[in-house]
Amino acid sequence: MANDAEELASGIRVVMNATDVSGLRRLTGGASRETWRFNADGQDFVLQRVRKGTPGGLRTEPAVLAAAHRGGVPVPELVVDGSRREELERPFMIVRAVQGETIARKILRDDEFAGARQALPAQLGKAAASLHRISASEVEGLVNEDQIDRYKQVLDDLGEPHPVFEVAFRWLEMNRPVTTHQCIVHGDFRLGNMMVNDQGLSAVLDWELAHVGDPMEDLGWLCVRAWRFGGPHPVAGIGTYESLFDAYEEESGIRPDGHIVRWWETLGTLKWGIMCITQASAHLSGMARSHELAAIGRRVCENEYDLLELLTLENS
Amino acid sequence: MTAPHDRPSAVELLEAVREWMEKDLMGGIEPRLQFHTRVAMNVLDIVSREIAMGADQLESHTALLASLGVDSDAELSQQIRNGEYDTRLLEVLERLRPVIEDKVRVANPKYLR
Repeated sequence: MANDAEELASGIRVVMNATDVSGLRRLTGGASRETWRFNADGQDFVLQRVRKGTPGGLRTEPAVLAAAHRGGVPVPELVVDGSRREELERPFMIVRAVQGETIARKILRDDEFAGARQALPAQLGKAAASLHRISASEVEGLVNEDQIDRYKQVLDDLGEPHPVFEVAFRWLEMNRPVTTHQCIVHGDFRLGNMMVNDQGLSAVLDWELAHVGDPMEDLGWLCVRAWRFGGPHPVAGIGTYESLFDAYEEESGIRPDGHIVRWWETLGTLKWGIMCITQASAHLSGMARSHELAAIGRRVCENEYDLLELLTLENS
Repeated sequence: MTAPHDRPSAVELLEAVREWMEKDLMGGIEPRLQFHTRVAMNVLDIVSREIAMGADQLESHTALLASLGVDSDAELSQQIRNGEYDTRLLEVLERLRPVIEDKVRVANPKYLR
């Protein structure tokens, strides 16, 4: 490990063209990535590198990050796009470190974020609107697939049928909204993936799931009850739909249609319910034994319960 | 308590472990492990509630499926996907509500509105 880190540090010196790289330490990463923090010539950076043995590369993420930055979305500044480079053995990217907090429960409850909580709903609306102005053709190779078909397939592969999920699929199919336009969507636009400081939003993180789709997907996902983390309000637990829509309209000139956002929120709730089954099955199959993943299996019913509420409300 | 076993009952055993985690273990470990311990305590609570309510809930669930003329969630799911409930989606949802609420009552009762 020590040797690996030393080797990595010298690789970073080369790709950064830096004289001094110090303080290299590994942070917790996702399933397919490793994340490292380091200092190069007095400034802090974050390295993301594809995990050993993980198929595929970073794909479109660095290109999306750069496009979002050009479009005025607050994101960490891309410093090195290593998606096609080999100096660090596996595909990587380096961004400038952003200060702040990502843990939702702290953002929602700690005193130091009281001001941030006031500002966040509008900042999230503005950030989403800026992102959705970017043309889908600006980044090559983005996936554009039907979310309903995709998640039906995921559920079928898991082999655990749930009647409420089937009702939700049927309802979503029968009430599918007309897509206003296709653009780059973040794909995981929610608290937990937002870097927040005492002023509010400092950067939108984790662009791994970015794809081409309906812009309202991001707004609906933001409002899914799981991403309210116990907060009482729909937008990230702290804001009203109106505060989000007002800011979105101010930035883009387009007023989101509440029913369309609710349709995406309903699909998002269904998706998270299915993802809970996926996470528990990672434990059950032995791929990643973990009592935390096992416990998530018992959160499936929270989503069934939310779907009951959403579908009843949208039809009353 | 279930014969032929002695006390503590299954629930009482879970309570004993949970109390040790909360009162003793939590104080002496780093924050990352505290988080995972809290997850573990939560799991024990789920199991306790399932032991207490599971038998009644199984009965309600079986009765519901029978009243809908099916043997399993899988069979009902297939019928819904085939479109057999398209004109009464909300009606079947309302029928499913008590069972879903039962599941939440075991998994995370605070979640119920």
